[in-house]
Amino acid sequence: MTRWVGQSIPRREDLPLLTGRGQFVDDVPIANPLHVAFARSPWAHAEIRSIDLSAALAAPGVAVALSGAELPDLTDPFAAGITHRLAYYAMAVDRARYAGEPVAAVAAESRYQAEDAAELVIADYEPLEAVVTVEDALDPAKPSLHDQVGSNVVVDRTLRYGDPDGAFARADLVVTETLRWERYSSTPIETYGVVADYEPASGLLTMWANFMGPMTLLPVLARSLRMPEEKLRVIVPKDIGGSFGIKSSLFPYMSVVGLLAMRAGRPVKWIEDRAEHLIGSSHQPDRVGTRELALTNDGEIIGLRAHVVDNLGAYVRAPEPATTYRPLGNYVGPYRVRDVELHLVDVVSNKVPTGPNRGYGCQQVYLETERTLDEAAQQLHLDPAEIRRRNLIPADAFPYETPTGGVYDSGDYPRVLELALETARYTELRAMQAGARDEGRLVGIGIGLAVDPSISNMGYITVALPPEVRQAPGYNPKSGAADWAQVRVSSSGKVVVTMGTAPQGQGHETAVAQVVADELGLTPDDVATIDAFDSHTSVWSVSSGSYSSRFAGIAAGAVRKASGVVKSQILEIGASLLEASADDLELVDGQVRVKGSPDRSVSLRRIAGVAHWDPHGLPEGMDAGIQASEVFHMPSSAPPTDDDRINSSHAYGFVAEVVAVEVDPVTWRVTILEYASANDAGTIINPKLVEGQTYGSALHGLGGALLEEFRWDEDGQFLTGTFADYRCLTAAEAPRIATAHVETPSPFTPVGAKGCGESSSETAPAAVANAVADALRPLGLKPSHLPLTPARLWELARS
Amino acid sequence: MKPAPFEYFRPTSVEEAVALLAEHEDAKPLAGGQSLVPMLNFRLARPAALVDLGGIDELAGIRVDDGALVVGAMTRQWDLEHSPEALPLLREALAHVGHTATRCRGTVGGSLVHADPTAELPVCALALGAELVTSRRRIPAEEFFLSVFTTALDPDELLVEIRFPTPVGPTAFLEHSHRHGDFAVVCVARSGERIAVGGVGPTPVLWDGGAIDPVGDLFAPAGYKRDVARALLEQAAAA
Repeated sequence: MTRWVGQSIPRREDLPLLTGRGQFVDDVPIANPLHVAFARSPWAHAEIRSIDLSAALAAPGVAVALSGAELPDLTDPFAAGITHRLAYYAMAVDRARYAGEPVAAVAAESRYQAEDAAELVIADYEPLEAVVTVEDALDPAKPSLHDQVGSNVVVDRTLRYGDPDGAFARADLVVTETLRWERYSSTPIETYGVVADYEPASGLLTMWANFMGPMTLLPVLARSLRMPEEKLRVIVPKDIGGSFGIKSSLFPYMSVVGLLAMRAGRPVKWIEDRAEHLIGSSHQPDRVGTRELALTNDGEIIGLRAHVVDNLGAYVRAPEPATTYRPLGNYVGPYRVRDVELHLVDVVSNKVPTGPNRGYGCQQVYLETERTLDEAAQQLHLDPAEIRRRNLIPADAFPYETPTGGVYDSGDYPRVLELALETARYTELRAMQAGARDEGRLVGIGIGLAVDPSISNMGYITVALPPEVRQAPGYNPKSGAADWAQVRVSSSGKVVVTMGTAPQGQGHETAVAQVVADELGLTPDDVATIDAFDSHTSVWSVSSGSYSSRFAGIAAGAVRKASGVVKSQILEIGASLLEASADDLELVDGQVRVKGSPDRSVSLRRIAGVAHWDPHGLPEGMDAGIQASEVFHMPSSAPPTDDDRINSSHAYGFVAEVVAVEVDPVTWRVTILEYASANDAGTIINPKLVEGQTYGSALHGLGGALLEEFRWDEDGQFLTGTFADYRCLTAAEAPRIATAHVETPSPFTPVGAKGCGESSSETAPAAVANAVADALRPLGLKPSHLPLTPARLWELARS
Repeated sequence: MKPAPFEYFRPTSVEEAVALLAEHEDAKPLAGGQSLVPMLNFRLARPAALVDLGGIDELAGIRVDDGALVVGAMTRQWDLEHSPEALPLLREALAHVGHTATRCRGTVGGSLVHADPTAELPVCALALGAELVTSRRRIPAEEFFLSVFTTALDPDELLVEIRFPTPVGPTAFLEHSHRHGDFAVVCVARSGERIAVGGVGPTPVLWDGGAIDPVGDLFAPAGYKRDVARALLEQAAAA
């Protein structure tokens, strides 16, 4: 019998998408909506003395308008997981804190008219000094964005594990590197979109929105709207055109569109345009990170220190400050070091608030560690591959508990590293490099390793709160990671799987059909899949959604669990019909049959017929129909300990990449010569899906490392407002990637799968930065400011 | 990104188009739209009227006339790039103009009149010593490009066709851009003894063999442009 898990079957999602029949939020059928345009602050930092909507309201086609000044009467600020209570409203109330911050919203018969009217909103601004960079935010002489905080530092925690001071005191060598990384994003093809419709008789606000979760943000949204959760119905359209974390931050805009619908008494629709998306959606924070490694002369890492400042923008928007804390469980990466000190600082500044971005905190940690480790290798005269070999957690150590509380479920790091080196033909690359250097060419080779976490434990964000806050009476801890699935057999014997993962193009339905086909002895074509999140009808909780690469582990896990229950129901009915014991039966090719006597069989269709059409004929104690609704909850999902240890994720993959580059000494363009990626994501459900994730995540990582950068001037004016200025790598710049895989199944997920959606976004920047540093080493240049654009490398060469 | 309101006209002759431009203050001609329409959508340009030249058949076409390649202003860039009569220099340069998709709509004349300082066709026109024929006169390329986005055309004057003389001597086109299809950082066109360079000033300039003193921008500091320009110019001179 065919096994479907592990096969690269084509995606069932693709035909509608490729033939223009996707169902995106812009396609939601809604009668005669109003269209929204925003008036946005031109100033990065300014008091808003007054705001006048009268001219806008009088403009042709305008129905209603709403200003930020009205929001404190209508809503409560959005909650966030820090001790300070910043007043974050969906639009600026009395102070604009980033260029592009909405100050008012207008709803009109057409988007054209709404934009005309938005230009007529008159706001009286009194500009204030702007706080732009990390250094500005740390400077006590600069104005503070939030008076109640008094400075622009909103979280400052030092976490210590083991004896880092002792380790650094006895080290043979201490290597320190400071990396600076500007802001970038994943810029999904589809921008934000919300359609809202309010029914006054029932008080029900329905919103269609391309929101990806985590669904913790739905209670946050409902609470801010002062609505009970059940009066807020959020429906995620079948198709989302990519998200990569970015659409987690949609919820403030959902609030405004919802309020407009309530005010207008008509449906209201907002489709964000690209200019809005670049300036006002969500970015990865800009960051300055210092890594110190304490090593022995043999290259063993005995201590790790980090000092990090993450710039979260004008407000702390949930789930931030998660960027800083998401990697906590896997901070040491694949290395055995036990003595760790982390000084983690989060600041605010006059830029759009940040949010999740593919990799979400890991790419920064690994950039810092991997660059420092390469410099250590240089100083110790060790090959960069060799220094890593000497530090890897061995294959027999799993499950492995890290000093910071992470529990690595499974892995074979040495084998994956060797596979990456073989795939890259590392020895030949070094020989090629030596020859190139003789010719004066700038060729470099870099390695990047990442322990790739998936399935976030919702408790990790609470490490941003000091332990005394978490120990105080009345504090309610946060934890958990769970997902739900329903599997049923229809009256005609077809299997239907229902989930609410809010996919954004990952191919969840295809993968799930494969899992269920294996479990129930069917083909994927026999398994119908419905992935439709509707907060009214889906079974969900706060950790639901597709983020932190949780689908393969937890959502597919819930499906596997539910199909297991359905299988036992099927076998029980089959046992009754065949007068056999259920233990003697197997499910093969749509038949329940006696093992060893295949002629004694009954079809699934017949079994379904009994269950639906003649439930009286079912065995004693069985209910009508065949269905199961199951939750799969990760067992290792506790809140943080009082000493700040937490298993921040539940499954941990591993990625090892080797990149070779050449840097042009005139144009300073970085060309990728070779890119090899070895990946362990546990059990692979569909290799083609994994390949796609490798390519996509690598491109995102390379973009952020080489070319993509949001820029502001010293007054906080946004300079990269179009795709001509914010430069994504295109297909023409994409390298060919030689991929290889190892599967060490997770013992903690039902299918053994781990996430892989972020994977190479965490390693590509480290590997390519190491490669560029290697290329420039003969010139005595050490790049430390990402992205490594031609202009930046040229400046480095001049200095 | 929706444009501010405007009136729209679609004349069928050059005379009609010129009359509309004269009659409506603050009217702009619309050629391929690949530069103008984004500016309308960003509301960076707010003409009171658009005069769409797409209905004027006589403005598009390629012919050879008395040793010169004559290209109608509304000829799509892709059509010139793939025409048998195209000069090799123009063919090479056009491969760098935007992307294939934009070249199917963008026009030869439109690119010249838009006069982006980094654009490829103006640099080629200068190197080739082209003549720009308008609805009322002929302007040599050296006198056509005045400043950033600014040509010698009057508001009610239309570019009708461009006469590219046959080059004498070797030709070459070189460009450095950050990504495939991006605006050039620097581009260089050579036709015989004439070498023109774009991206180093408000207009393309003929190189006199001396030092280049460019202005930097958001992505390319002045010194970076100077180094790249020098490398491309030396390469073109040696071609």
